Amino acid sequence: MNQYSELTWQGLWKNNPGLVQLLGLCPLLAVTSTLTNALGMSIATIIVMVCSNATVSLIRKWIPKEIRIPIFVMIIAGFVTCVQLLFNAYAYGLYQSLGIFLPLIVTNCIIIGRAEAFASKNDLLPSAYDGFIMGVGFSIVLLLLGAVREVLGQGTLFSGADLLLGDWASSLTIELIKFDQSFLFIMLPPGAFVALGIILAIKNSLNSRVEMAFEAPLEVEKPQRVRINKVS
Amino acid sequence: MSNIISKNGLILAAFALVISAIVALTHQGTKVQIAEQETKQLLRILDQVIVKGSYDNELYKHCLVTNSLQFLGSTKDQRAFVALKGDQPVSIALETIAPNGYNGHISLIVGLTANGTVSGVRTLTHQETPGLGDKIEIVKDDWVLSFSGKQLKNHKDKRWLVKKDGGQFDQFTGATITPRAVVQAVKNTVIYFERNKEQLFNERARCGEKQ
Repeated sequence: MNQYSELTWQGLWKNNPGLVQLLGLCPLLAVTSTLTNALGMSIATIIVMVCSNATVSLIRKWIPKEIRIPIFVMIIAGFVTCVQLLFNAYAYGLYQSLGIFLPLIVTNCIIIGRAEAFASKNDLLPSAYDGFIMGVGFSIVLLLLGAVREVLGQGTLFSGADLLLGDWASSLTIELIKFDQSFLFIMLPPGAFVALGIILAIKNSLNSRVEMAFEAPLEVEKPQRVRINKVS
Repeated sequence: MSNIISKNGLILAAFALVISAIVALTHQGTKVQIAEQETKQLLRILDQVIVKGSYDNELYKHCLVTNSLQFLGSTKDQRAFVALKGDQPVSIALETIAPNGYNGHISLIVGLTANGTVSGVRTLTHQETPGLGDKIEIVKDDWVLSFSGKQLKNHKDKRWLVKKDGGQFDQFTGATITPRAVVQAVKNTVIYFERNKEQLFNERARCGEKQ
């Protein structure tokens, strides 16, 4: 497997930031009450991850080891502020509906995690790609969670899409089930925890099958003698 | 040793400078667009709290500055927009603050007709709990619509409370403090308007051009 397909495999499944590393739970659980919010958060996170990984990789040779973390934080905070200003200017409705969670991307551990673990040791292109694919992996979880919670919670999909994409998008809203009262539990953070837990369980149960299909066949291990004390 | 410290300090400072410059540039580049978005948003909100077509002036330009810690919840200046039909004032939209939200200030705009009937209330900014207190936003819940058409009889009007306190406004499940704060703030705004009606309607527009 070459480097890029390995990175893709890591970011999307094997080491998915949302499902395996379980980083960035705060935005993951907080903004996924609707698909539109999840999409907005996804876009913002991907932009910040690509930019910060690329920048960190470019300057990695000039930063002394002792002060790398404050510099990474500064870079990330800078990009987040820029993204926030851009959202404020060009997607005002979404900017309002993401509210405090947009600036809070700064505290999303995935971003600093990838900067430290990958970008600070690798070249520009792989780093940018790693940021992108990790962002995509995170986004898939965000979108899945957003879709599940929106359908179960209020019976719609893409409600408020016009906030993100402009007025034409209000026709994207699909009403699947008609509820008299929205299902509050799913809309609130505890529902997000439960939904994430179920998605995690499904992911884990599929793990062995997917890994067999995609991962290069492992070398056959030599049989080892082991002592068995207990048969269960 | 001190050499390394000063060297690292300089590197940090250099990075801080470059990054501040990037942020400043982005800010410069988006400033106009953001201001435009905010005016557009303001117009959209004014349209919601004052019945469209009931006035014929350029509403967002006829703007006053008000200030009342007791009734408008803040020592800061707030804006008020007067709607005129011909030369007669027909409605007013007052910005106000509920200082006692669950999580800090809730900034509101209250539309009132000349006789003090509420024509609409909207939440401008707040930091209430997502999923609980944020039902004061019109996009989340139509609770704020329950203010429309309400009148205040006198300052001790018992109906201007949440239902839990014996009034007419619903509270939210799991969040009573937020609606309580909003109801009180709207009530205070009505009182402020009743007391200062003459002055508000006769004052000349002051902050219109700056918008």
